[in-house]
Amino acid sequence: MGKRSAALVGFTEWAPQRKWDQPMFSMEACAKLAAEALSDAGIDKGEVDGLVIGGLQESPLFPPLALAEYLQIQANFGEVVDIGGASSAGMIWRAAAAIEIGLCETVLVLVHSTPAPVEAGGDAAKMIMPPYLMGDAWGSPQGQFDIPYGLVAAAPSFAMVAQRYMSQYGVAPETLAKIAVDERNSALKNPKAVFKDKPITIDDVLASPMVSDPVHLLEMVMPCFGGGAVVLTSAERAKKAKHRPVFLTGYGERISHKTVSYMDDLTVTPAKPSADKAFGMAGIDRSAIDFCSFYDCFTITVLMTLEDAGFVKKGQGGAFVEEHDLSFSGDFPINTHGGQLGMGQGGAAGGLSHVIDALTQIQGRAEDRQLAKADAAYVTGVGGLMASNVGLVMEGA
Amino acid sequence: MRVEQPFAENGRPIPRRTPTSAPYFDAAREGKLRLQECPRDGFFFYPRSRCPNCLSDDWSWKDVSGRAEIYSYTIDRIGLDPAQRPRVPYVVAIVELEEGPRLTTNIVDCEAGAVFVGMPVRATFEDLGRETLIHFKPSA
Repeated sequence: MGKRSAALVGFTEWAPQRKWDQPMFSMEACAKLAAEALSDAGIDKGEVDGLVIGGLQESPLFPPLALAEYLQIQANFGEVVDIGGASSAGMIWRAAAAIEIGLCETVLVLVHSTPAPVEAGGDAAKMIMPPYLMGDAWGSPQGQFDIPYGLVAAAPSFAMVAQRYMSQYGVAPETLAKIAVDERNSALKNPKAVFKDKPITIDDVLASPMVSDPVHLLEMVMPCFGGGAVVLTSAERAKKAKHRPVFLTGYGERISHKTVSYMDDLTVTPAKPSADKAFGMAGIDRSAIDFCSFYDCFTITVLMTLEDAGFVKKGQGGAFVEEHDLSFSGDFPINTHGGQLGMGQGGAAGGLSHVIDALTQIQGRAEDRQLAKADAAYVTGVGGLMASNVGLVMEGA
Repeated sequence: MRVEQPFAENGRPIPRRTPTSAPYFDAAREGKLRLQECPRDGFFFYPRSRCPNCLSDDWSWKDVSGRAEIYSYTIDRIGLDPAQRPRVPYVVAIVELEEGPRLTTNIVDCEAGAVFVGMPVRATFEDLGRETLIHFKPSA
């Protein structure tokens, strides 16, 4: 069933960090990620004939060309993907699709968010979080109709989604807080998690500062530097890889808006069409999924993905969260790596952490948080302001 | 980081109008909420060169009531945009106009804690020098 012609075979993931001690240029970061991921997969660089990447800070024009040159790769497929936080998941299916149609055999997916070196006497490298999401150029609707009212960054948008959802379905703040707590319980077992040493309770979440009502600080991801990479290859080549191949058996994508102001219904995310497409392609039911890794920029995102991706009926996500333990040791594991809420959001690589979470589990490499059964996972990416959604069905060979 | 957003004298980011959106901002200066109406699909927001539903360009500008209901809202407690920090806490809201379209705005002349989903509001206008912004306040 489903597509079994392209497999994820290896990866690398850098622990998200608030401060990054080894500044490097984008192409240097990509080279390091590539070397690590290829080594993990047991695949030679010479076999790589596809590149799917985010941007390159020092070479913003034609990034795949610049990177092919830097890594001396003769690529039959090169692509930059920018659909916000859903980019990483979107990169994975594009890489798989390129393999499936025979365009190339082995693709490197490289995602990094690391600071560049600073010239002597320059400012120290520091986190740059543009609150305007690059929407401030002349002619941008965002700059005229959203930014002047304080609708910037992500918090107020997801807060308005949560507010409307809570008003319509009556979910309690404690219920949303529990999502952060369950994820943190998984993060405690992930040595790469920013919050690996800090257990929290529902009371802690609700006592954390209110940032943008009803969103508390501990319901938001911690912005970090980070990076990650995944190697995909053909089913044939995957047979000789070091670890258990993981097929991308189904995938779907939906893009409908950028800013939340123009979302048709704040209580319905684009997770439904992408999930329906992904499960239809995979030819399996939701019940065949052993665990999920849901993009979790905010707690509300997880709750609404549960519903809209078709695991729980609309309006019953709150009751489901209350009745189930979502941690790695629970009865409905979501984000066994701790999620981005527990692990920290390594910039653009935060989205890739969900792919790697699923890959780690299915390959049986999750150590202290390994699930007893981990053969099939559903992974999501969410981009913009609840505006793009990618769903991936991943199944072990 | 390229920042092109203009700012009012009080430090608040303000819109940079375009040839397409100019009538909207001209109307705001006159204390009116003026939207484009497509003869087939009705009102739409924000101002566009073509109707976002049928992509035709035979729309016309029309003044609307300014009456709306709060669709959702949040209270910015920390100033997520550093330029807005002097205003915290302030209410960011999406309001649904009587004529259909929704827009993002601030709710003013009202305690932040008194705002609720479904609250009836009406347009009010704040002159920020270079442009006038459209806010909403409780209609009662």
